[in-house]
Amino acid sequence: MKALKVLRNGILDENPVFKLVLGMCPTLAVTTAAVNGIGMGFATTFVLVSSNIVIALLRKFIPDKVRIPAFITVIATFVTIVGMLMEAFVPALFKSLGLFIPLIVVNCIILQRAEAFASRHNVGLAALDGIGMGLGFTLALTILGSIRELLGAGTVFGLQVMPESFSPAVIMILPPGAFITLGLLMFVLNLISMRKKREA
Amino acid sequence: MDYIKELVFIVIGAILINNFVLSRFLGICPFLGVSRKVSTAMGMGMAVTFVMAMASLITYIVQYAVLEPLGIEYMQTIAFILVIASLVQLVEMVIRKASPGLYQALGVYLPLITTNCAVLGVTILNIQEEYDLLQTVLHGIGAAIGFTLAIVLLAGIRERLDRADVPKAMQGFPITLIIAGLMAVAFLGFQGLIG
Repeated sequence: MKALKVLRNGILDENPVFKLVLGMCPTLAVTTAAVNGIGMGFATTFVLVSSNIVIALLRKFIPDKVRIPAFITVIATFVTIVGMLMEAFVPALFKSLGLFIPLIVVNCIILQRAEAFASRHNVGLAALDGIGMGLGFTLALTILGSIRELLGAGTVFGLQVMPESFSPAVIMILPPGAFITLGLLMFVLNLISMRKKREA
Repeated sequence: MDYIKELVFIVIGAILINNFVLSRFLGICPFLGVSRKVSTAMGMGMAVTFVMAMASLITYIVQYAVLEPLGIEYMQTIAFILVIASLVQLVEMVIRKASPGLYQALGVYLPLITTNCAVLGVTILNIQEEYDLLQTVLHGIGAAIGFTLAIVLLAGIRERLDRADVPKAMQGFPITLIIAGLMAVAFLGFQGLIG
């Protein structure tokens, strides 16, 4: 039961983007299209799960004083691996995510999970936490990317959704659209959770 | 002359046209997290400026004196983040010894700079754009000034917002993000500045 709760925690209750408000830079930067959102989400998930597993394995050996540099080294290693894999197998996606692939290293979610969860739990739970948080992150990025792509280009995942006569609001794909869309999404989520609380 | 013109373009470009926060989306975490008061935003900006300029300089040397001669460019991410982490640690120690007053003011924000993606971002961009040493350092400083400008502006708006009647569901992050969005619209206006 505990395993399921850990998994659910990352996706819903403590969604890294909507609830913890971590990892904002890639969230805002790469969500110009749904595909980019999903690609970034999976790349981050891979790094999260791998680094969580390694850090949970090493948690008894890493001295407390140097734990942050040690965590960062582990994370940077997996980021390098994921960057190389993406360059080899999905070069187009690698190009459109660009700078934000090496920047996964400084995504606060990963360091925060290492510090708050992986360094205190066993390998199994740490891996599940990585999967849950990763999926929550991917979900948030895909939602944000889909909304921006729909309004800014009339497509979702590259497929035409809006009728021909729809004239795209380019601002949604430009930087301001990212801030405003995420702001409004959080506003709506707040409204929903406030209503739920009132009913309860 | 052309070279000097290019330098000016790099600095102005990093501050206004490709503002690191509002158009490149780098350094969003401190931008949202440390922008409640103008004074702390200013302190954060100063610390970041120093670290960014130093990090640009040192990573330039690391890239061209160590990584490239050895043919291990793929170690770039790991090498750079370690340089930045140790730099932040060093800056913290130096400031603590040299100026306890400044240390008190910046104290909490110093360790946060390591995970400020704007710092790692600027060092990687420097290499990607193939800047020379002077351009690298100026780009670092320009980017940091751009970051400081954005965070101080946002803090100024948020200080006034404290007195406004914001709907409850809108308080905190939602309203801050929307303000940032409007600021980004304003910064889009700089796009045609250098033709």
